[in-house]
Amino acid sequence: MLKSLRSQLTTLWTILSHTFTRAETVQYPEQKPYLAPRYRGRIVLTRDPDGDERCVACNLCAVACPVDCIALQQDVREDGRWYPEFFRINFSRCILCGMCEEACPTNAIQLTPDFEMCEYDRNNMVYEKEHLLIDGPGKYPDYNFYRVSGLAISGKDKGEAQRELPPIDVKSLLP
Amino acid sequence: MATIRIDQQEYTVRDGDNLLQTCLSLGLDLPYFCWHPAMGSIGACRQCAVLQYQNEEDQRGRLVMGCMTPVSDGAIFSLQGDKAQRFRKTIVESLMLNHPHDCPVCAEGGECHLQDMTVMTGHRDRSYRGRKNTHRNQYLGPLIHHEMNRCITCYRCTRYYRDYAGGTDLAAMAAHDHIYFGRHEDGVLESEFAGNLVEVCPTGVFTDRQLVHQYTRKWDLQSAPSVCTACAVGCNIVVGERYGKVKRVHNRFNAEVNGYFLCDRGRFGAGFVNLESRLEFPALRRPDGRYDALDHHRALEHALRAMEAEKVAAVGSPRASVEANHLLRLLVGNARFYPGWSRGEQGAAIRAMELLRDTEATVPDLAQIETADAVLILGEDVTNTSPRVALSLRQAVRNRARDMAGELRLLPWQDAAIRNLAQDTRNPLHIAAVSNTRLDDVAASHTCLAPPDIARLGAAVLEELLPGEGQHFGDPTVDALAQQIARDLRQAKRPLIIAGAGYGNTTIMEMAAELAAALCHGGCEAMLSLCQGEANSMGLALLTGTGGARVHRLEDMIVQGDIDTLLVLENDVERRCSRRGFKLLRKHVKTLITLDSLDTATTSLSDLVLPTASFAESEGTLVNHAGRAQRYFPAFPPANERRPAWFWLLALAHERGIEATSRLHQFDEITRHCAASIPALAGITEAAPRSQFRAHGLRVPRQTHRYSGRTAMRAALSVHEPKQPQDEETPLAFSMEGSQRDTPGALLPYFWSPGWNSNQSLHRYQKAVGEPLRGGTAGSRLLYRQGHATLERAAMPGAFEPRENQWYLVPRHAIFGSDELSALSPPLRELTHPAWLEITPAAAQALQVIDGDGLIIENERLRGYRLEVRINPSLVAGCAAYSAGHAGTFGLLPGEWVTLQKDPDWQRREPAVIASDRGGVA
Ligand code: SF4
Ligand code: SF4
Ligand code: SF4
Ligand code: SF4
Ligand code: FES
Repeated sequence: MLKSLRSQLTTLWTILSHTFTRAETVQYPEQKPYLAPRYRGRIVLTRDPDGDERCVACNLCAVACPVDCIALQQDVREDGRWYPEFFRINFSRCILCGMCEEACPTNAIQLTPDFEMCEYDRNNMVYEKEHLLIDGPGKYPDYNFYRVSGLAISGKDKGEAQRELPPIDVKSLLP
Repeated sequence: MATIRIDQQEYTVRDGDNLLQTCLSLGLDLPYFCWHPAMGSIGACRQCAVLQYQNEEDQRGRLVMGCMTPVSDGAIFSLQGDKAQRFRKTIVESLMLNHPHDCPVCAEGGECHLQDMTVMTGHRDRSYRGRKNTHRNQYLGPLIHHEMNRCITCYRCTRYYRDYAGGTDLAAMAAHDHIYFGRHEDGVLESEFAGNLVEVCPTGVFTDRQLVHQYTRKWDLQSAPSVCTACAVGCNIVVGERYGKVKRVHNRFNAEVNGYFLCDRGRFGAGFVNLESRLEFPALRRPDGRYDALDHHRALEHALRAMEAEKVAAVGSPRASVEANHLLRLLVGNARFYPGWSRGEQGAAIRAMELLRDTEATVPDLAQIETADAVLILGEDVTNTSPRVALSLRQAVRNRARDMAGELRLLPWQDAAIRNLAQDTRNPLHIAAVSNTRLDDVAASHTCLAPPDIARLGAAVLEELLPGEGQHFGDPTVDALAQQIARDLRQAKRPLIIAGAGYGNTTIMEMAAELAAALCHGGCEAMLSLCQGEANSMGLALLTGTGGARVHRLEDMIVQGDIDTLLVLENDVERRCSRRGFKLLRKHVKTLITLDSLDTATTSLSDLVLPTASFAESEGTLVNHAGRAQRYFPAFPPANERRPAWFWLLALAHERGIEATSRLHQFDEITRHCAASIPALAGITEAAPRSQFRAHGLRVPRQTHRYSGRTAMRAALSVHEPKQPQDEETPLAFSMEGSQRDTPGALLPYFWSPGWNSNQSLHRYQKAVGEPLRGGTAGSRLLYRQGHATLERAAMPGAFEPRENQWYLVPRHAIFGSDELSALSPPLRELTHPAWLEITPAAAQALQVIDGDGLIIENERLRGYRLEVRINPSLVAGCAAYSAGHAGTFGLLPGEWVTLQKDPDWQRREPAVIASDRGGVA
């Protein structure tokens, strides 16, 4: 009898004492929660450290996307860089799974800690390149695909990428 | 048959094949690079290593190259053996030592054999930490993009380009790890078959230059089985589309027709489908000459009103499908249907059809052409009129090499050994043409004669084969040549005679047919092949036939005038008649209605234009030069108010209450009606399965199972996704739903198999490597060996007599530019030249002109023709060769005599940037 009374009182005390601890729930939207940088929210297209568009329109994100909500068209710029002529994500379909980011060989496409994308009109959930492209390199400040790839672009000739030898002179007889 | 053991499993396989081929045929995965089913083995890449064991006791085994090892009874192999697997993994790694980090920006990615093989061997991390070799790329012309860094030195490109296709300007250069595959300097690749490098090269070194811009990965293409419309050979192609544009054309294997390769006209000639100038809406001409866009109901109303006139006539087309021509003829009646050939073409096309229909000889498909052991080409520049035939002829002349190899018991795939053995030994190929041709380098003899003399040469050869009235040529060298040709043909088991409509000379074709008949009587399996002009020339000739209604000529019809309403089906009348005739067209015809997919001179004259769907957006049957009916299917639905020609015509016929069409509603029904009413075309229903066809209850998907972007492609217009377009007319689906299991050959929209993303996956669709498709060979032959050639000896044609100050016109075809459709394709437009006239150096001297000057061409019929001069030293004296099918030469007729004089007002053109002249002018 005494034992159970004590248990009851302890319970009451414990619960009452919680009244004075810090609440875990937050007053969203007045109060914003902390989201880690690798949180999977709204998608952006980033730029390389030189400030140029990172996306090379390789289509890997599009093919990795389980709901097929990325569509783009490649073209080649005057300076030799591949780039997306248009790049569209239909966020009303996106499940923010992050597969596109995993697939991207250039770190161009990245998910960000922002999930506030509600719209009254579904059509506004369709983002074009102008809505997606940000000014910085996002989570990966250093990577620059064209410094690694063998494709020549203006400002980086054959043999000038990382770990490349200068172009071979086919006519040379030297070994 | 041999019984071999692979990894403890017994298989019964064909004796004499190599192990690689055998493994692939058995469905086992063995990686390879340098071996190619059409080119055999050289053992260069070392990728196909397997373990071979001496006997049961042998536990160690030794590494052998699968592609170099013949299978023999009792042999024991292991693919899975640890040593073999490690070896293959190391080989891929070493091949890729210098490979750039390019896949995302490589137009091969996603269908790259190197990617596939790397995954297959399990190689993942590179251990090499050194610096990579790099190369400079070359400019190889508007068709092919070069990215030399990606090369793995498998040598397939040079083996294909030089050994198989006979090109000379691509080679392996330098040595050891400096090796470089390219030309001696930047420039357009000369071979007419260079485009196949895109498919032959297992990496991204050679890619489709057009596709590198506005690129789409293979998995994102919506594709359909189709037939090339650029010439009468009818190669099977795959057309790939994305976002409403044709992105590329790839080869579609057909064991009887094109095998593994296309020509560049076909591969790069479909660009006209994407032209901005193509109409999307019916257009009605206003009095001020501008056009209003209509919807299809109003367009039909206008057309019907015009057709109520008393005299309605129609012009068909050799580039429109059999079905569309058939409907058009039903619509206006036989008496008022003009097939739509020019004066020069009509006789030749009909005669060619008759000769092939009645001949006793075999009318060969390309695969049979490749088996010929002696060839005579009478007056046809094959490379420029039916290009793919020339590639087959280059294989035919190698049959002797294979025979020699057989005697030494070499196997047919031991490519290097056979080439070494045979060196320059070839089967006899004799060519008679008006000037040099691109096949001369493999010919036993080539003679330049005027077309009438070519027919006489044929007669002289016939005289040697079947001595008769002593018809000799009269010139001792030519008569000696005729003797030589006759001897070669008589000694052959499968002699082949090729002629064609190229020079517009029917006597040559008749001579060719007689020669073939004579050879047949001699008891051998003779073959007769006649090249023709356009994709459906043969189909139209079979449809028109000889008997029945008088065959009209387009130009006569126009000049006689007296037509209220004229319907023109997919035909540019300007190309088919003289300038005068074309001018009269507008004057003599009250209402001109054109159905066309292109914007032509004729559509610009028309009162009403109904935009038709191109071959890539509609279905139809074409009959190729050998009488093979083949079906093409739409890769994507036509945009806006474009409709297939048959659809417009059927709607018109229904409204007009044409009895015969009242029960026709679907495309298949038209095909069946056509087959039922024209006995010569009875076989066209067999060209492909009907629209109700289902394999395992499913349609054939046009999209791959990884087609991406479906929920975003249209999202810019609306997020509400419409249903996929339905296809009522074919067994294919405009979606990824369905299955490719047991798909008939005629319906295969692309080639893919798990682990085999590149076109090398083809072997998974073949009965065995290199053999016909498991689903059957596409197409149905309409001309069997049914003729009985009554050997009626034609009289010796008159000799060619050069005239003083007059020249005999002969057409000169160009692979790029002579064909209407492909010449509109942007990359090929860069390689076409403005119209020209070739004359001999002597004539040039007499006329006091040099290359690039202008000449005025005249006779009593022709006025105002001005063409650029090209001096061709190999041209026959007395002849002048005009570029056929080029704007500027429309209306010139083969065999006309003209006078030439220097054009004083001629503006010389700036020299073209692209230097390479593919015309074959020496
Ligand atoms: S996050 Fe997932 S669903 Fe969204 S675009 Fe990327 S891959 Fe597609
Ligand atoms: S995967 Fe990356 S580089 Fe490729 S298309 Fe997508 S965003 Fe661009
Ligand atoms: S050739 Fe193949 S492996 Fe090389 S970059 Fe291109 S796609 Fe990648
Ligand atoms: S260019 Fe292509 S085909 Fe030629 S050797 Fe290199 S990888 Fe092989
Ligand atoms: S495929 Fe056998 S060595 Fe190259």
